Amino acid sequence: MQIFPCPFCGPRNETEFHFAGELGKVRPATDEKIAAQDWATYLYAQRNDKGLVREVWIHLTCSELFVMERDSETMKVLGSRSLREDAQ
Amino acid sequence: MTRYSAFNLLREGLRDHTGWGKAWRSPAPKSSYDAVIIGAGGHGLATAYYLAKNHGLTNVAVLEKGWLGGGNTGRNTTVIRSNYFYPESAALYDLSVRLYENLSRDLNYNVMFSQRGMVVTAHSDPEMEMAARQVNAMRLNGVDAELLDRDQVRKLAPLLNFRPDMRAPIHGGVLQPRAGTGRHDAVAWGYARAADALGVDIIQNCEVQDFIMEAGRCVGVHTSQGDIRAGVVGAAVAGHSSVIAKMAGYDLPITSYALQAFVSEPLKPVLDTVVLCPPFGTYVSQSDKGGLVIGGGLDRIPSYGQRGNLPVQETVLAGLVEMMPALASVKLLRHWAGIVDVTPDSSPIIGPSGVDGLYLNCGWGTGGFKAIPAGGYLFAHILATGSHHEISRPFDRSRFVTGHLIDEGAASGIAH
Amino acid sequence: MTSHRTTRVALIDRSKPLRFSFDGKEYQGYEGDTLASALLANGVRVMGRSFKYHRPRGPWGAWVDDPNAIMTVTLNGHSFPNCPATSTPLVEGMQARSVNAWPSAAFDIKSGLDLFHRWLSAGFYYKTFMWPNWHLFEPIIRKMAGLGDISRDVLEGYSADQVFDHCELLVIGGGAAGLAAARAAAEAGKGVVLVEDHPVLGGGLHQMAEVEGLAPADWIAEQVNAITSAGGRILTATTAFGVYDHGLVGLAENGPFGTAPRLHRMRADRIVLATGALDRPITFAGNDRPGVMAMDGACEYLARYGVLVGRKIALVSNNSLADAAEVLLAEAGAQVLRLPPHDGPMQALGGKRIKGIAQGAKRHDVDTILASGGMTPLVHLWRHAGGKLNWCETRQAFLPGAAPDGMVAVGAVNGAFDLDVSLSEARAAGNGKSPDLSPTSYALTPLWPDPGSKGRQWIDFQHDVTLKDVELAARENYVSVEHLKRYTTLGMASDQGKTSNMAGLAAMAAVQGRPLPEVGTTTFRPPFVPVPLEMYHGHHGKQLWHPLKRLALEPQHRAAGAALGEYGGWLRPGWYGKGEAKQLIHQEVLTARGSAGIFDASPLGTIEVMGPDAETFVNFIYYNTIRTLKPGHIRYGFMLTEGGIVLDDGVITRLDQNRFVISCSSSHVDSVRTHLEAWRQDGNNPDRIFVHDQTQHWATVTIAGPKAREILAALALDVDLSAKAFPHMTLQETHFEETPMRIARVSFTGDLSYELSVRCAKAPALWEAVVKAGQALGAAPIGIEALSILRAEKGYIMVGKDTDGETMPHDLGFGVPRLNKSSAFIGDRSLHCDKANATNRKTLVGLAVPTGAPPLTTGAHLVDGTPPRSQGYVTSSYESPTLDRPVALGLVENGAARIGETVSVWHLGDIREATICAPCAFDPEGERLHA
Repeated sequence: MQIFPCPFCGPRNETEFHFAGELGKVRPATDEKIAAQDWATYLYAQRNDKGLVREVWIHLTCSELFVMERDSETMKVLGSRSLREDAQ
Repeated sequence: MTRYSAFNLLREGLRDHTGWGKAWRSPAPKSSYDAVIIGAGGHGLATAYYLAKNHGLTNVAVLEKGWLGGGNTGRNTTVIRSNYFYPESAALYDLSVRLYENLSRDLNYNVMFSQRGMVVTAHSDPEMEMAARQVNAMRLNGVDAELLDRDQVRKLAPLLNFRPDMRAPIHGGVLQPRAGTGRHDAVAWGYARAADALGVDIIQNCEVQDFIMEAGRCVGVHTSQGDIRAGVVGAAVAGHSSVIAKMAGYDLPITSYALQAFVSEPLKPVLDTVVLCPPFGTYVSQSDKGGLVIGGGLDRIPSYGQRGNLPVQETVLAGLVEMMPALASVKLLRHWAGIVDVTPDSSPIIGPSGVDGLYLNCGWGTGGFKAIPAGGYLFAHILATGSHHEISRPFDRSRFVTGHLIDEGAASGIAH
Repeated sequence: MTSHRTTRVALIDRSKPLRFSFDGKEYQGYEGDTLASALLANGVRVMGRSFKYHRPRGPWGAWVDDPNAIMTVTLNGHSFPNCPATSTPLVEGMQARSVNAWPSAAFDIKSGLDLFHRWLSAGFYYKTFMWPNWHLFEPIIRKMAGLGDISRDVLEGYSADQVFDHCELLVIGGGAAGLAAARAAAEAGKGVVLVEDHPVLGGGLHQMAEVEGLAPADWIAEQVNAITSAGGRILTATTAFGVYDHGLVGLAENGPFGTAPRLHRMRADRIVLATGALDRPITFAGNDRPGVMAMDGACEYLARYGVLVGRKIALVSNNSLADAAEVLLAEAGAQVLRLPPHDGPMQALGGKRIKGIAQGAKRHDVDTILASGGMTPLVHLWRHAGGKLNWCETRQAFLPGAAPDGMVAVGAVNGAFDLDVSLSEARAAGNGKSPDLSPTSYALTPLWPDPGSKGRQWIDFQHDVTLKDVELAARENYVSVEHLKRYTTLGMASDQGKTSNMAGLAAMAAVQGRPLPEVGTTTFRPPFVPVPLEMYHGHHGKQLWHPLKRLALEPQHRAAGAALGEYGGWLRPGWYGKGEAKQLIHQEVLTARGSAGIFDASPLGTIEVMGPDAETFVNFIYYNTIRTLKPGHIRYGFMLTEGGIVLDDGVITRLDQNRFVISCSSSHVDSVRTHLEAWRQDGNNPDRIFVHDQTQHWATVTIAGPKAREILAALALDVDLSAKAFPHMTLQETHFEETPMRIARVSFTGDLSYELSVRCAKAPALWEAVVKAGQALGAAPIGIEALSILRAEKGYIMVGKDTDGETMPHDLGFGVPRLNKSSAFIGDRSLHCDKANATNRKTLVGLAVPTGAPPLTTGAHLVDGTPPRSQGYVTSSYESPTLDRPVALGLVENGAARIGETVSVWHLGDIREATICAPCAFDPEGERLHA
């Protein structure tokens, strides 16, 4: 059982969290013309790195999204920050 | 190569089995091959075998960073089935079942495909309606299927929970009689031995470190055992497809997750079919050795760590005890995990990678084992001819651009 | 009797005799015995049969390292399969049976299989049974395989506790090192938990004459006293079975036999591993015979149970630990003959009974052979945690190397086989220091299997893997350790290789002429010992498996005779009354059409979106344009995934400029809420939007039917109900019994309909008022089954039933926003991909059957061609009481353009005809809706 650090609630059991996606996905401006390929890249392409990853997670019990850095091979968690902090 | 047969086994028994040769050689890699396949799992080995057998291409190497069959081929729960909803999936997976049906004789290696049937239970009236939709789809796809009522399910799997306090009472289910289980290691070993006999070089402990690119085309690989040039390169590296893709400079619509499997201590026969109960997310069969082979859903955290975690263990095993309460005191012997490629529609990707000279066989998610013969058969066709087989075409990665996804989960509620 | 009970001081209670049986014969043992020790005390040596050859077997070890004595134990009428006799505590009245043997372990009719052993070599089954096919042979092989048999009945009360636990320091292993480490840490003020898998603490100490000047029992008592006085906790009979991510340790605490162990999910800041080491077998001819035992095992039987395993003992050991063992056994009365294993190849003589041991030309008459091939540290948990191993040439063993976070190894597991060394490093570790590898007095001469040597020499006892099998695997090039393991099944028996792995690796190394560490080890997989499945299950059963959500009005529904059932995770009324369900449901439909149906719609999602950016946000979230929605008005719409697929449908209400209420399907509330939060926080300014799920705060009672207005009027609320003042798709806010009430004029039945929402606390009063007012006008409560028919008559969909994972809004007849909506929305671009533009998309249609024909089967497919090809399916189908004919909805290729076409409907091979029609079969002009 892994322990994830919610920036708002502190360390909590992994079962309270949901993986929301890799960090850095930017939604194309769809009010302009978007090539099918670019849209597919946005929708589906994954870095899926082995090792250090930066991901967005949601803590289901407080509904807050945040950024977590961890190692996808060793499962070591390096830290987490709120989306707001991360954007700064 | 000494042929495997009852006669030869009798003869060898009399002389301490000294006459059996190597199941496969351990050759040093040559500097160049017509085709190089990365990954000596079931799919890679089967691809090499069908390249040699169906396409006469024997100057082929299969490169494996560890030991052959050591990835998901040797870590799965051995279920073989083709109970799919969409015609594209049915064509693919039923080709696989048909190849499996004759595989032991084809390879001269007993892969113990045991067609003991698979039941997927339904637990409410709406689920029974979905079961009917599923059975009809399967039959229209030319795949065997039966719609079972509660009593028929009970007859097939009497250990299932039919008690009145069951949280999700069983109403019936879907049976595929031709589904079953196989001996996973034997599938890898059988393909390896048969491919080797046809001249294919299987090179273990040979890690691909990068691709050799010339004028935008992939012409070979840098490996831990030196450079190897290739007319064409195929990657069949389930669990690490994104890592290989990164070397070649493209992204894949794949996330890696750990999938756990469990086996109990051996028991005298108690279960004659494969049973999946969707509300509990658990399925189980009994191996010939007697162990209950148990599987469930993915761990919920993207992962390359080949080990399982306690929350999913609790969910899957608690689910099994709910499904079959008489198993409560049976003991878990060991559990393990493999890393699977999960695509957005949970269907595989077969075909061109987007880099010239490099082709993909990946994204099988939790269901790669059952697809080994078909995956190899179709991938060999693609590598040999440079173009899709009719059955593989819908699984080209271009579907993520066109939107022609093949999402079985969406249609049938049956987990991959 | 060869093996027998002595008078030596031991851990059994000789004042408490226990009766038990084995293979039908009665015996007596004592409290504190294991099944195996009690049988040995009675002179029984054959306790099982091997898996493949059915060779007679006695216990090799005295604890969890025994692969041989596996029994099915029946107690109070219930059978527990695969109990290791060496670690099963003896209980009065136990009936034990050897597994895989009939009629008994001593006389097994299948023992003749051993005669065919030369044909049953490793992997023989891969080479045959292919013609005509495997199915011919498999049933026989299945029957031959397997160990114990289970009781088919369910054992009531067999239920595990599961607890979360935490400590500062977890010490695993209650031998000398563990006790010393725990004491040092506890006295230094740490919160310590010590776990020991034996029921009695002390590990190997019981074999010793004294420990630091005290008798072992006194020394142990002193440590226990010190640990508990300092606040430490001690769990005996508790196995640490696995170490998982982030340092979580799984502990299985065993209670009395026949009960399920308690699962502790132990989170420790630090872990001291003091799991000790096991004696390993020596590979020689006949080394599987009953009476060939582990030296350390024999000492344990003596020290713990007072059982001397033999009278004339050959002690075969390559290491210095044999000296103490020799003294111990001799003092207990055994004649001990030391045999240096390097003096020549050995062979155990005898069958079910050892008659002697031959070495070269010499033959020694003994009744027991004790072997010790050196100590193998129990590094399993170290490896689970990701620790590395180093090969130690001096000790000829893999020892803990680079440590996983927060874990240290002390004592025998760390190669410290000398008590003083072990204690000092344990105390240091208890004080937070990491021990280095200490010097050792332990000395051994390497002794490994000798390929090519004569005789049948066992590597894996339970699975009957011999040295020849390893040689065969090497010959056939199954040389990787994992191939060796899988091909020969070496190390895959129920002891998981505790006795066999090292010999197997060494044999493969020797065959190939490679150094042993180069061959490597297989993965150490949890659990350390097998644990019952129930331990993972605990209370997660029956109605507590995904508990149902309950309605505030459940007592009212029960009082009204509702047939409650699960719908979308809620316990809801399916229909009301006793009698034939179909008839009751049809009556409810007719009531709703004739007067009004009163329906508890509380599970419908009620999610408020507020704030200055709320309008922009919901306009982006919804497929439909919401920006233009006026306060007090309601719009029906869809939420899509970014892939353009319909995620949910429902109505959205604008309360005021900056405040919206999203109403979503009852089973989608959690996913919609998460969906909204994800988009709110990632891509929007979260300070300007607030999402509040109020589903559980509001109860909703719906009045649907032509008399709905009259019924509502009877409540005398301060609202003008006229069609002009309160038209369809608008909302009025008022009060009911002085609390806020929302009245939404929306309809899921096609009739005039009001949804009345109040605080949950007011729900009973509202329900009773509405039912009372309704009764006067012929209205009555209706359940969800009737509602399903009512909405199907009107052609209204249920997402997930009438849509699938490919359905886009234009498939449902809502194509306008796709083409005309000017601002961005979730899924917009996907609605223009190749697939979205295809002409053969499955679209929603109605299906009519010829007059007099029964309803179509839901799940039937619409087909064309030969052989028939699916072009869609029936998603909803009912007998409509309102129209007195069947109605059905379906998804079919290009369906909207094929109205009037006759199609074939296929179900399990039977074909019927139907006509494609518009989905709406009831009041297509909408007069009743807008009444």
